[in-house]
Amino acid sequence: MNVVFCGATKGIGRAVARHMAQRGDRFALLGRDVDDLKRSGSDLEAMGGSVASTIRCDLMDLASIAPALDEAWAALEKVDAVVVTAGLFDLHETLESDSALRDRVLTVDFTNTVHLCELAGPRLLAGGGGTLAVVSSVAGDRPRKTIYLYGAAKAGLGHYLEGLDLKYRGNGLRVVNVKPGFIKTGMTANAKVPPFATTPEAIAPAVVRAIDRGTSVVYVPFVWRLVMLAVRSLPKFMMRKLNF
Amino acid sequence: MVGEDLERLTRGVSLTRGLGRSYGDSSLPPERGGKIASSRLADRILGFDPETGVLRAEAGLSLLTLNSALLERGWFTPVTPGTQFVTLGGMVASDVHGKNHHEAGTFGRHVTRVRLRTGGGAIVDAGPGTERELFDATVGGMGLTGHILEVEVRLSAVASPWIWSESESAPDFETLAERLVDAGATWPYTVAWADLLHPSGRGLLVKGRWAQPDEAAGRTFGWPSAVSVPVDMPGWAINPLSMRMFNALYYRRHGRKTRAGVVHPQPFFYPLDVVHDWNRAYGSRGFTQYQCVIPKAAGVEAAAKFARFVREIGGLPCLVVVKDFGPEGSGLLSFPKPGLTFAIDLPVTGATPSLVARFNDVVAEAGGRIYLTKDAFSSREHFRAMEPRWTAFDEVRRLWDPDRTIRSAQSVRLLGDDE
Repeated sequence: MNVVFCGATKGIGRAVARHMAQRGDRFALLGRDVDDLKRSGSDLEAMGGSVASTIRCDLMDLASIAPALDEAWAALEKVDAVVVTAGLFDLHETLESDSALRDRVLTVDFTNTVHLCELAGPRLLAGGGGTLAVVSSVAGDRPRKTIYLYGAAKAGLGHYLEGLDLKYRGNGLRVVNVKPGFIKTGMTANAKVPPFATTPEAIAPAVVRAIDRGTSVVYVPFVWRLVMLAVRSLPKFMMRKLNF
Repeated sequence: MVGEDLERLTRGVSLTRGLGRSYGDSSLPPERGGKIASSRLADRILGFDPETGVLRAEAGLSLLTLNSALLERGWFTPVTPGTQFVTLGGMVASDVHGKNHHEAGTFGRHVTRVRLRTGGGAIVDAGPGTERELFDATVGGMGLTGHILEVEVRLSAVASPWIWSESESAPDFETLAERLVDAGATWPYTVAWADLLHPSGRGLLVKGRWAQPDEAAGRTFGWPSAVSVPVDMPGWAINPLSMRMFNALYYRRHGRKTRAGVVHPQPFFYPLDVVHDWNRAYGSRGFTQYQCVIPKAAGVEAAAKFARFVREIGGLPCLVVVKDFGPEGSGLLSFPKPGLTFAIDLPVTGATPSLVARFNDVVAEAGGRIYLTKDAFSSREHFRAMEPRWTAFDEVRRLWDPDRTIRSAQSVRLLGDDE
């Protein structure tokens, strides 16, 4: 499979890309730091994959996205999937107090990821269709006191992804909304670890399966589907009381 | 502190740890709650040359990841410890050994370069040909010469991902030790397990080599999934009676005849990796290990004497693993030297420190030494008596880190960083 991958250097993206590399997938890697992309490129090649190109693309810089996609398409020629795992996270208290950081999280996790999808979708459709897989979060399923700013960005993203899927699946664009629970990565290293926390390696096979099948919404690990079902059904007075 | 960028993470911290599988306090901060870096997310392969087998990787690369990436393609670490939950950096710092020590030496022998952030803050490459002294101090140096950022090592080509293994029982300790050493002449991997709860010191000898493709024909290779010990077992679950029963079962299950056949590398190299959190079987107080080497120079009698001593002390040895070591490596504090090594599980109780001290008396008298990776209880005096090389190590360490800013709970205890 030929994959344009944004976010393969760290966390969930690293594990998912490695899983794909082990079966021989071919990548164009997009990210902020080209040196770091090259290090991940060596890793993916040692795992059995191949890397056609490493391309600078910064989700804080809207102007960098379209040229990066053009370069990726040129390098791979045929693109089967675009995978976006890049994202920002910080503790809720920090996001409340630091407006510049808040702006970055909202821009990267929502605004510019939507722009990236709006640019990638037509390119996939022009090539006869394909899969667009984007990582949102279970934090977008229901507002919680300790995470609603990050959650709002991810909720907006999820809303958008499901709409995109509704409109274009019939034309061959399969949109996959990946909703991870708490995953222990460098990004979440400062956060308190809740129950059902797991590692990127543990969820990577399920994410790749969802990409292959074109599953429109996938909770990883699966147990979070049940957890969020329960959380969504809690009455509001309890949501006001609970600190989670 | 955890993160993908180890170079940044290690600025100004006192220590870097890998996956924390050392039994002792070598990966713990010098003071409770002290800030140390974790390398486990810095785990990318930076280059692999299938012509030479030379691999360069970030120090947090685990053996688990390496094996799942490369074993099926015919490459394996030249030396493996008994678990895959270790990092390359940790393997260098402990200068790990395995069932093939008599032939391959320690891991450090195969390392061609390490990249370190020294205590002074500089990033330095060291190897057999560059900064040799620093390299030798780093191999087996328990991470005290610098934060290990990258490791370059020559992997071994294997004929198939499967192991041809043979095992046999031995009626007493002397026979077991003798057969273990003899087997090393023809087998790359050898290890023995002794039942030191039984008066004879009987045991099992396990030998192995990589299977030829035709021997493993028709098998599909894959890595088995793991199960977990879900809760801490109560402290009384491990007691003299349950241990003796376990050992008797282990011995009897094997039977008297030789067993031979193709086995998966997981049960051969990593029998305990199949059960995640298996240490919980020992309860919340946990356990430690005691591992020493009784030198060849002291004779087989000295090893037999140590085995007898363990038996008489009744310190609840569950699995006593016995292995013969080949020549000493170049690491200034590297553990193995020619002789027989014993690895003994010890549930932690109030009596453990005095038990370790009694073991150390016997080992020091025989001219042996202990494996720092497994030590949590030895005294500074015992350490210095068993390890006269520590001054040479300390000299190189101070050359690169005059204030000894990189330190661990273990280095404070044994090397006297508080002096």
